[in-house]
Amino acid sequence: MAQSEAELLENPVAGRPTLILRSPDFHSITEVVAEPVERPTRLGWWLFFLPSLALLSVLGVAVSWLFWEGIGIWGLNVPVGWAWDITNFVFWVGIGHAGTLISAILFLFRQKWRTSINRAAEAMTIFAVMCAMLFPGIHVGRVWVAYWMFPLPNQMGMWPNFRSPLLWDVFAVSVYGTVSALFWYVGLIPDLATMRDRAKTPIRRFLYGLFALGWRGSVRQWHHYETAYLVLAALATPLVLSVHSVVSMDFAVSVLPGWHTTIFPPYFVAGAIFSGFAMVLTLMVICRQAFGLNHIITLRHFDYMAKIMLVTGTMVGFAYATEFFTAWYSGNPYEIFTFRNRAGGPYAWAYWTMITCNVISPQVFWFKKARTSIPILFILSIVINIGMWFERFVIIVTSLHRDFLPSSWDYFRPTVWDVACLLGSFGLFFTMFCLFVRFLPMVATAEVKTVLPQADPHRHAGDERPIKDHRPRSAHGTPGRTSEEAS
Amino acid sequence: MPAIPLVNPLPPGPHYGILAQFATPADLYHACERVRDEGFTRWDAHSPFPVHGLDRAMGLRRSPLPWIVLVMGLTGAALGFVLQWWVHGSAYPLVISGKPYFSWPAFIPITFEVAILFAALGAVLGMLGLNRLPMHYHPLFRSKVFERVTDDAFFISIESWDPRFDASATRKLMESLGARSVELLES
Repeated sequence: MAQSEAELLENPVAGRPTLILRSPDFHSITEVVAEPVERPTRLGWWLFFLPSLALLSVLGVAVSWLFWEGIGIWGLNVPVGWAWDITNFVFWVGIGHAGTLISAILFLFRQKWRTSINRAAEAMTIFAVMCAMLFPGIHVGRVWVAYWMFPLPNQMGMWPNFRSPLLWDVFAVSVYGTVSALFWYVGLIPDLATMRDRAKTPIRRFLYGLFALGWRGSVRQWHHYETAYLVLAALATPLVLSVHSVVSMDFAVSVLPGWHTTIFPPYFVAGAIFSGFAMVLTLMVICRQAFGLNHIITLRHFDYMAKIMLVTGTMVGFAYATEFFTAWYSGNPYEIFTFRNRAGGPYAWAYWTMITCNVISPQVFWFKKARTSIPILFILSIVINIGMWFERFVIIVTSLHRDFLPSSWDYFRPTVWDVACLLGSFGLFFTMFCLFVRFLPMVATAEVKTVLPQADPHRHAGDERPIKDHRPRSAHGTPGRTSEEAS
Repeated sequence: MPAIPLVNPLPPGPHYGILAQFATPADLYHACERVRDEGFTRWDAHSPFPVHGLDRAMGLRRSPLPWIVLVMGLTGAALGFVLQWWVHGSAYPLVISGKPYFSWPAFIPITFEVAILFAALGAVLGMLGLNRLPMHYHPLFRSKVFERVTDDAFFISIESWDPRFDASATRKLMESLGARSVELLES
């Protein structure tokens, strides 16, 4: 069967692309994923964890002071009533969306390469949603009555306004957080059972066993389990699209020039996926290096993610252009002023930072060399996240700071507490992520095993199908390391 | 799928049944086809990951879970919609932006979110219910080799209350199907 690698990649019948390198057996997949959780804590982990924890304490101080003193400690004031708080909220919700895209949408499209990264991406989603939920919670001023956002019967006989997009947001984000956590936990059950069965100490055995719920890998269980997983993916897909659409309606339903536009829902969703993939990339580059997962999370995965970032980055670029076109075509002087002011006014620096990071920089991904170069991917993933944070800042602050009445025009400047809250939210995110990689298997081992060629029940020993390994072998007959995993 | 009793999921008597280990997904698959064709009903296969098509090789029917999810989703949608209708139409009527009390298009997003929430809870709790989980104790966990079921080992277990179960004949059947090891488990 002499077929070239290109043919093998093209032909879905003869062979699927090799997703996992070095042709491992089932046990070695378990080993490589479980080992970082089971070995003693390494110094490198502390080097990530302690700074994250320090930033988390910064958040604790900032939020405590905010509760004590009020939101006047932030730089926002009339007319800029929303600033970094809502910027951070939209930024973090957006980050989460790539996790759901990877876990749910790519699952429905049978994109099997997702199995290597979906666990970590879903964890990222949950931690990002935690950061996101923080900001609307603390920005309300009187946080002790934040529960008024929920429809709870109360002695005042008052109910929330269900017609408000801000309330839709409460529902969308909290349902999103809940469903993401459920999806993640369901995916974790078989791997928790693996950790239970490998546990050496009674306490590990008890804790992993408790959460593994007595999973015994029975086919009758897998049968319902796979149905549940498919259903959850099918539910999470419209959910994730609805969440950022609802977030965008916080703006689009208002009558403010710069916000009041029908393009917002798809534009926000594309931006969310764009920024989320950038964050997945940042985390995966670090993790695969730190935990020796180079053969499970390969350059092929990065190549695919870079392509998605190129597409979504270009989509947001198109949306930026469409906003300008609509403003011009509307003939509305307020609308036209807002956009001229956005690109050439006092916040032009922020606007052009956004354009550079989000539209120009991802164009590098047209080149395969860039899509498969770890340093370029890592740097660009951070650049894109900066750009996407600026996108939300530009949308929110530039639309607000030039009010209809020129006497109320102002220029928003962040205070040290704004900065502390933003950095602190990164502390929360990375602290959670460090704990995740320390205590839970960060790759879905049960799923990765299914994409190995020997998982196919119709494949027999000695069945030399070309899909097994089509890379050149070294002199010892073992698969040689390829450039794909060498980096 | 045989009716699994709700009260006691474990067979009575001194033995739970036998546990046979197989080397590969392919061996397990073919063994399952034979066990199915032999007419066993109270038995199960175990694998570290879902083996494609094994549910059919075992003769399992489609999972009823999607129906649970559908019912839960519709319940959620109805609850979400009625809550908003009741609040704005009856409990707390306020004119906001000159809209009618029953302004149903504005109720759609929350109706959708609550429907998804209920459907997702239905999917997870329904899956756990159908799988009789959590069940932290099970006789299979007494087997030392069974610890590898979540790593790289494949098993068939046949419970002793299966009408066709016979400790020595079933053991022979398993061995003839290429089982690596067969053990009799206490209940």
